[in-house]
Amino acid sequence: MLSAQSLAAIDREVAKYPADQKRSAVMGALRIALVERREAGKTPEERCLNTEVIEFVANYLQIPPVAAYEVATFYNMYDMKPVGQYKITVCTNLPCALSGGVNAAEYISKKLGIAIGETSADGKYTLLEGECMGACGDAPVLLVNNHKMCSFMTPEAIDKKLAELN
Amino acid sequence: MLEIEIDGKKLTVPQGSTVMDAAHSVGTYIPHFCYHKKLSIAANCRMCLVEVEKAPKPLPACATPVTDGMKVHTHSDMAKKAQAGVMEFLLINHPLDCPICDQGGECQLQDLAVGYGNSSSRYQEEKRSVVGKDMGPLVSAEEMSRCIHCTRCVRFTEEIGGFQEIGMANRSEFSEIMPYLGKTVNSEISGNVIDLCPVGALTSKPFRYSTRAWELSRRKSVSPHDGLGSNLVVQVKSNEVMRVLPLENEAINECWIADRDRFSYEGLNSAERLQKPMIKFDGKWHETDWETALAYVVKGLNGVSADHGKDAIGFLTSPHSTTEELYLAQKLARAFGVNNIDYRLRRSDFSADAAQQGAQWLGSSIAELTAAKSILVVGSTQRKEQPLLASHLRQAVKKGSALNVIHVAGDTLLTAVNAKLIVSPLALVNALAQVLKAVVEIKSAQTAVDLAAVVVGAEAQAIAASLTGAESAAIVLGNVAQHHPAFAQLLKLAQEISALTGARFGLLAEAANSTGAELVGALPHRAAFGAAATAGLNAAAMIAAPRKAYFLLNTEVEFDSYNPQAAVAAMKQAATVIALTAYKGAGLLDYADVLLPIAPFSETAGSFVNMEGKLQSFNGVVRPLGETRPAWKVLRVLGNMLGLTGFEQNSAEEVRAELLAKGSIESAFNNALGDVAINAAVTTGLVRIGEVPLYQADAICRRAQSLQQTADATAPVARAHSSLLARLNVAAGKEGLLRQGSGELKVLVEADDSLPADTVRLATAHPLTVGLGGMFDSIELTQG
Repeated sequence: MLSAQSLAAIDREVAKYPADQKRSAVMGALRIALVERREAGKTPEERCLNTEVIEFVANYLQIPPVAAYEVATFYNMYDMKPVGQYKITVCTNLPCALSGGVNAAEYISKKLGIAIGETSADGKYTLLEGECMGACGDAPVLLVNNHKMCSFMTPEAIDKKLAELN
Repeated sequence: MLEIEIDGKKLTVPQGSTVMDAAHSVGTYIPHFCYHKKLSIAANCRMCLVEVEKAPKPLPACATPVTDGMKVHTHSDMAKKAQAGVMEFLLINHPLDCPICDQGGECQLQDLAVGYGNSSSRYQEEKRSVVGKDMGPLVSAEEMSRCIHCTRCVRFTEEIGGFQEIGMANRSEFSEIMPYLGKTVNSEISGNVIDLCPVGALTSKPFRYSTRAWELSRRKSVSPHDGLGSNLVVQVKSNEVMRVLPLENEAINECWIADRDRFSYEGLNSAERLQKPMIKFDGKWHETDWETALAYVVKGLNGVSADHGKDAIGFLTSPHSTTEELYLAQKLARAFGVNNIDYRLRRSDFSADAAQQGAQWLGSSIAELTAAKSILVVGSTQRKEQPLLASHLRQAVKKGSALNVIHVAGDTLLTAVNAKLIVSPLALVNALAQVLKAVVEIKSAQTAVDLAAVVVGAEAQAIAASLTGAESAAIVLGNVAQHHPAFAQLLKLAQEISALTGARFGLLAEAANSTGAELVGALPHRAAFGAAATAGLNAAAMIAAPRKAYFLLNTEVEFDSYNPQAAVAAMKQAATVIALTAYKGAGLLDYADVLLPIAPFSETAGSFVNMEGKLQSFNGVVRPLGETRPAWKVLRVLGNMLGLTGFEQNSAEEVRAELLAKGSIESAFNNALGDVAINAAVTTGLVRIGEVPLYQADAICRRAQSLQQTADATAPVARAHSSLLARLNVAAGKEGLLRQGSGELKVLVEADDSLPADTVRLATAHPLTVGLGGMFDSIELTQG
């Protein structure tokens, strides 16, 4: 279900904890599984976690599937719903909002022709609202695919970023 | 010890106690939902908030450790306000559907809302609704909107059940309790989550909407299934058993019961219940009255004994019958001159009968078994034989005991196992002999057993090290060992290991009254309390050398015998088969000639002796159905009609008193055997592993509909190691042909690499497999 490379990465996570506490590696393992699916997935449905993948990860860590499912559904960075190739999460909490975060979200929404929470028809973009990312000094900020933080996202910066992604 | 003051009452509690523990010890009630004495502390319902002096805000009593000089107020204004506030929050999303809720009347939320809540809610907005979940045929999770997220069910499956089958998905107000998507809750003790649920979110599926809790009368009883002897509260309405709940007994079942104990009551109300005596003539069954039927039985018994002698009669009884019934059955047989009586229908090895020195039992109390630092379980599926005891062993492992296993299949026990030796049934004696040899080597001791040819493997070495190194140890033999063709050798080896290590050794009693049957002497070689008896034929011999007449007490031989094929053939050739039974099963209707309706445990007074030798008596909870009569009465009347003396008892209590006057229970038990020859050589060949499925063990649970819909009741499939399938050229996932003796069966074959090579695992005691032969005999497998 997962590539040898991902399994090796999960093994590295597991090695960080005592041998009888493999459960501790579940967050890292789910993240690795999600990254592989996002990179390898061809359609929005293939880019998110599903019950088979979660069960696979759980079995790999020898924990009950429902225990992994609890973790996967608790944290919203684990995509449980179909997601575009680029998931753009714009912070709209107070400091960002004061510095144009809401405007940034609306600008992207208009530019991509999708409302917040939607995925574009070509499966390329998903636009989401996010909570504070801990970089209020750089407001407005957005995240691309959970891992890439973009700061000072004025309309010009957004144009440049989207052109880059294209 | 720490000093604490609760509501002005001063007390001292041990270090590490919580405020909740301290309050309970002085009888102060603190309202709670998520707290449960047998589960870990979650502190997520917040209902147990109390005021602690010098603490700036209320603290949860269940999670606050006592500190010296602590002063707690459980009813102060601050505590009351906090409790009322929590209750208001809990009720925000709770639907007010108490009038149609199954939990109504026995709901903790309802009770505490009255006691600690406000009379009305300030919340005017829409309540959230949660879709129902499918947790299988036993536990209903249809109304999950009622859930208050105490997570007791989650913690139960993880901590007591051993495998977290239920979880809390999502977060905050989207939280939902659910099993893993697409899966049901399959634990064999899952029904306990119904008791644990403080609201009506998890309810009993078979019981739903049938009656109200306050309409039921509660009566004490004892489980008639496994040898643990779980204490029950049987709830009755209009002379019908409506529900079964656990009765707390810390020494036996704690506050839990297995699903088999809880849901088997459906079998008591089954349509298959025999309500009137029936006689077969001209190949047709006719209902009749007791007088005619009993006269027919007497005529049959007298006729066969006149024509063929008393030895032509065989008495086969069930270890699920009460002590009183079994005592009278053996008394009746022996007074009539019949020595062929046995309760051990599923045994195949009787070679230790002559060497037996006392009644066989667990060898210790259940508490002593679970407190042992090293436990060796030989030949037991554990979870599917003794579901609740398996969870006790799981708790023992958590407390630091080492669990060692010698078995014929590598099933997961949902617990940590110290060492595990999985071998073919043909190598089981060798496996235990390996442990003995390792023990002898570790202790530099001597043993009379010839172990020269035995080679000690690493796992056996580990088991021996665990047994010898522990300050207390126990060796127990499960059903597979007891049914095994070399049972006597296994028991003898356990005895030898025990002699060298000081471990206790004994049997995990298969049925509710196996130990009682040993005690009362429903055996061919021992009468009550080991009194000498003229030797008769054992169960296997009665089948191997067919009798002219069989007297069956509470048994269906096609499901209860080691070799159903031979047993049914023996029944069919007999001139008469007299069956005392609660059910008109298809098999009995086929081979019996007269059926006398006897009462199951719920309709008669009686007693069961559990595996630790504790006699637990109970009364009937409902009137006998139709013309059903308690079996002890039937046996008594038969004694009178046969003109025998000593059958004047007027109640089950009188029968019990007569029995107990014959000896003391405490001194009746002894597992030690005299001389038994040990042959530790491993023979080769393809052999069957034929276990009794969890819900096929006795007549009552076979007819409990809901249990029959569980995953444990799915039709048997043949399982074998993939290398064996490859060698035999049999495809996995397809039907294969199995042959034992004259019996053939086409059944789905699956690969299972946790099995030893050269074994085929196929359940016995199932309608599908009754045509096959012995449970651990050789078997042929072809693609067919």
